[in-house]
Amino acid sequence: MSFSRTIATATRVLSQLRRDPRTIVLLIAVPCVLMLLVQQLFAGREQVFQSVGVPMLGIFPLISMFLVTSITMLRERTSGTLERLLTTPLTKLELLLGYGIAFAAVAVVQVTVVSIVGFAILGLDTVHSNVLIVLLAVANALLGMAFGLFVSAFARSEFQAVQFMPAFILPQILLCGLFVARDQMADWLQWVSAVLPLTYAFDALDRAAHEPTLGPRFWADLAIVIGAMALALVLGAATLRRRTP
Amino acid sequence: MAPTIEITGLRVDRGGQTALDALSLAVDAGVVTGLLGPSGSGKSTLMRAIVGVQIVADGNVLVLGLPAGSPALRSRVGYVTQSPSVYNDLSVRENLAYFGRVLGVARTRADDVIERVGLGDTATRLVGKLSGGQRARVSLATALLGEPEVLVLDEPTVGLDPVLRRDLWDFFHELAAGGTTLLVSSHVMDEAARCERLLLLREGAILADLSPGELLRRTGAPDLDAAFLLVIESGAAP
Repeated sequence: MSFSRTIATATRVLSQLRRDPRTIVLLIAVPCVLMLLVQQLFAGREQVFQSVGVPMLGIFPLISMFLVTSITMLRERTSGTLERLLTTPLTKLELLLGYGIAFAAVAVVQVTVVSIVGFAILGLDTVHSNVLIVLLAVANALLGMAFGLFVSAFARSEFQAVQFMPAFILPQILLCGLFVARDQMADWLQWVSAVLPLTYAFDALDRAAHEPTLGPRFWADLAIVIGAMALALVLGAATLRRRTP
Repeated sequence: MAPTIEITGLRVDRGGQTALDALSLAVDAGVVTGLLGPSGSGKSTLMRAIVGVQIVADGNVLVLGLPAGSPALRSRVGYVTQSPSVYNDLSVRENLAYFGRVLGVARTRADDVIERVGLGDTATRLVGKLSGGQRARVSLATALLGEPEVLVLDEPTVGLDPVLRRDLWDFFHELAAGGTTLLVSSHVMDEAARCERLLLLREGAILADLSPGELLRRTGAPDLDAAFLLVIESGAAP
């Protein structure tokens, strides 16, 4: 495990992103605008905005990083650079960590800006510190990255990669408890919801925003999110094959 | 001295078909070996097997005495794919700086190889904005970074003008004179003349393993183009 190769990879991924200022602006501005939209949508029903606003802080980076990672990794596969990298001393772990560091850095910036808009301008309020919310949102970003990496193995084109978003992420958003509380769902939907990682990411954010004491359920949520991320990364790493047919 | 690349009984299946079958060959150090054959004959597959990125059904591929693709070989073997495998959204120098750091070579190496492939004037330009030939040279420069002992080049001169091609071939011979083993695939016969040794591949099997002079003598053809056609169409070893 070489620190220098990992950092070199993270720097490279960030330089690539830096060449694409429009994407950076979209990554940062779009969540802010959507947040404002939601606030306006529930104008007069302050309580609703308070309950959906904080989880949304986590869902934005999850979606962004899912899309950015699946497309970047797909390009890495189709351009032959992945194959070239795998013929060098760079290990899969270094490659994935490099990606993780780069995207986590982007997520920190994205989440910080959206949080400032949410907390300072739109009046979102949480029981626990805003820093905890930002950290949870970054964990969501990394979960999105891990999913993106994993599904990139199953996409042959950028069209397909983009289609994995509604296929893979949207059901998780619908069933996580944001739109309908889980205990009000049909039984079978509750079961499906129970095996989707975003459910726990949502629950953790929800608890951090509204529960005065972070009980064992919060830590269990966090452990499940980290576990799901690790599993997706391991499965994703398994799809990075040095030898191909 | 043992050959640099030693292949015995190699079989590769791709897409339900046998791409290479019972293939054996040896490539010696310090010479430029040309790999020639019609398209679809298995040149790229063979090269992929040598650098260890191809799933192999049977046989042995040894490079520098080690199984192809061994971790110990990763900084000793350079590989250039047919289509340039570099980052289009980075500049020439950024590409080489990144691969240089991955390979752990000195920072100055990047500029050395950029000069070496004649891209000094375009070092700060985005690779995606360069011509096809320039991109191919960035890809080649990347493989030269680590001063590998073995260079496997899949059609490195496609899309290059005659002057550049001559310069690159001179450079390949310089490298070979310094002890590097080069395996270069091509479908241009005037390049075959610049190889010390030729491997003619047809339908996944080595048809001939000889020098350009021998190929001419044995076929009695007036030039290498004619000799190549004669051998490929008859399907028999000269």
